[in-house]
Amino acid sequence: MRMFLQQVVNGLSVGSIYALIALGYTMVYGIIKLINFAHGDVYMLGAYIGYFATVYLPLSFFPALLLSMVSCALLGAIIERVAYRPLRQSPKIAVLITAIGVSLLLEYTMMYFVGAGVRSYKALLPTDTYNVGGVIFGFQQIAIIITAIALMAVLQFIVLKTKMGKAMRAVSIDADAAQLMGISVDRTISFAFMLGSALAGAAGVLVGIYYSSINPLMGTMPGLKAFIAAVFGGIGSIPGAMVGGLAIGILETFVAGYGSSMYRDAAVFFFLIVILLAMPGGLMGMKRTEKV
Amino acid sequence: MKKNLLAFLIALLLVAGCTGNNSGGGGGGNSGGGEDKIKVGINFELSGEVATYGSDTETGLMMAIDKVNAAGGVNGKQIEIVRYDNKSEPSEATILATRMMEQDKVIAALGPATSGAFKATIPEADKYKVPVVSASATNDAVTVDSSGNVTEYAFRICFTDSFQGVTMANFALNNLEASTAAIFKDSSNDYAMGLAQSFRSTFEAKGGSISAEEAYVSGETDFRAVLTKIQDSAFDVLFVPGYYQEAGLIIGQARELGINAAILGADGFDSPTLVELAGEEAVSDVYFSNHYSALDNDPTVASFISDYEAAKGSKPNAFNALGYDLANFIVDCISRASELTGEAVKDAIAATQSFVGVTGSFSMGADHNPVKAVVVIEMQNGQQVSATRVAAE
Repeated sequence: MRMFLQQVVNGLSVGSIYALIALGYTMVYGIIKLINFAHGDVYMLGAYIGYFATVYLPLSFFPALLLSMVSCALLGAIIERVAYRPLRQSPKIAVLITAIGVSLLLEYTMMYFVGAGVRSYKALLPTDTYNVGGVIFGFQQIAIIITAIALMAVLQFIVLKTKMGKAMRAVSIDADAAQLMGISVDRTISFAFMLGSALAGAAGVLVGIYYSSINPLMGTMPGLKAFIAAVFGGIGSIPGAMVGGLAIGILETFVAGYGSSMYRDAAVFFFLIVILLAMPGGLMGMKRTEKV
Repeated sequence: MKKNLLAFLIALLLVAGCTGNNSGGGGGGNSGGGEDKIKVGINFELSGEVATYGSDTETGLMMAIDKVNAAGGVNGKQIEIVRYDNKSEPSEATILATRMMEQDKVIAALGPATSGAFKATIPEADKYKVPVVSASATNDAVTVDSSGNVTEYAFRICFTDSFQGVTMANFALNNLEASTAAIFKDSSNDYAMGLAQSFRSTFEAKGGSISAEEAYVSGETDFRAVLTKIQDSAFDVLFVPGYYQEAGLIIGQARELGINAAILGADGFDSPTLVELAGEEAVSDVYFSNHYSALDNDPTVASFISDYEAAKGSKPNAFNALGYDLANFIVDCISRASELTGEAVKDAIAATQSFVGVTGSFSMGADHNPVKAVVVIEMQNGQQVSATRVAAE
């Protein structure tokens, strides 16, 4: 029982990171039907911005988190403006391939500047641990989960209660109709990219603190897993991405903890295949009826 | 017609170029065969993926060679180093080995630093009858081929991977008085797998028991799930064969989850990054095997460290020390050789008895591996606090 609860705690902390990244995938997909493969690398850049901010400026946790979020938001807007907007009318496959190109560009440009080796974060948060009936909670784990939940609550508020959120929802349902209603589609899409990228930047800083190890290729695997989380939750659905992220985190922790850590990644991808076959809409995906 | 003329001209140029090269090469060879200098080739990873291994070894090596030459050389002759960069590629290492043996007529070749590249030069060594010696190729299969035959012209002056596993198992049993151990190994490289296997077999053969054996893949960052699982079985020591990038995270996460048992590793732990990743407090009761330690108060080591600091302004690492030993070792063998040929030097290497080096004194074993002690370094609060020499059995 102790081991089970400990694994749940481990899984939730990994899962909340996946959830933060998955939100960016899901928002971008929801609004322009693009799987933004560069998203995992924005997360990597967020981790590096946090690293430089805390080592060279040196900022403490919250200012570094904010700086990373703001920088990543700008970066997201730039990527959208430069790489995706010119392809708005192109076939989807062209945009998808561009996304992969942007991803590689970010990874290897970063590798050129900072080197391929790992760097370690300073301990920004206390490393205290609490022992509750044999289950060990790290202060950092609790901080990660709380920060993630808080950011998701803010996002939910923006999407459901603000004008910009309303515009995003409108564009996601029908971009042409939204334009006719006087909504600036380009600006709305930019905004969605900024929101998603800011969350990825936050996830980057949280991961840097939690594992204290960052490298230029760190975004690839979490990016793919967050994508699976978004698919599982129902791509396009914000609550779905949160639930999906936590579920994937717990799934892989359990596979490693009770089965073998060798199957951890395989199990997650197998799970993707099962979802796509059994319920392609995901947990909370919208059912869209194709009109012929 | 014009095309033909051009082709003819190019052909002419190529032929001229070739003959030019030949005469140049021949000339170089002749002058190198002079009586006043002894040519030794070095074939190191000076650029590419593992450039630090090669260049660190070279730094130590050149320091020793300069010292020998300044003191009058070997038997009145200066050592001339023929230096090549194999770009961390085994195929390049083979080409360079051929070149230095055939063209430059070296009587011994030093390096490469890594096992794969070193192995690639062994067939050339046998062909040209020139000994090759590596300071840091630790893979078990280097000096003994797959059918169990010792390769005639290949030697090394460092211990093997499996020997480190054996040593750490003995250290756990004797020095730490452990009776149970858990293993958490990197399954993505032969180095760690070999260490895990030799640790397990020695530990079990001497009455210890392995309570859990788990694996990870290099590049992973979250080990909490598996550590939680390992934690469910009781153990006295946790053996983590692998490199510092993951080992640092494993140590940090293990301590956070309340695993207080001693953590053991091998020379892959030797990096300041390990402490950065784990956090200073976490790196306590951590022991790892290494070629050399700056804490060693042996007089040979102490004088090497002060010489090195005076020359380079920094503390030497294990590769610097190995390079330094490699140079002194080959000089010692050349001075003992009956004549200045590759064959005679090979015989002198094989006959080495109690050579005194910075990385330990050793005699050359029948399998062309040195019989030498391993240094086990103890870390407390992120600092190396003691170094114990564990002799070979």
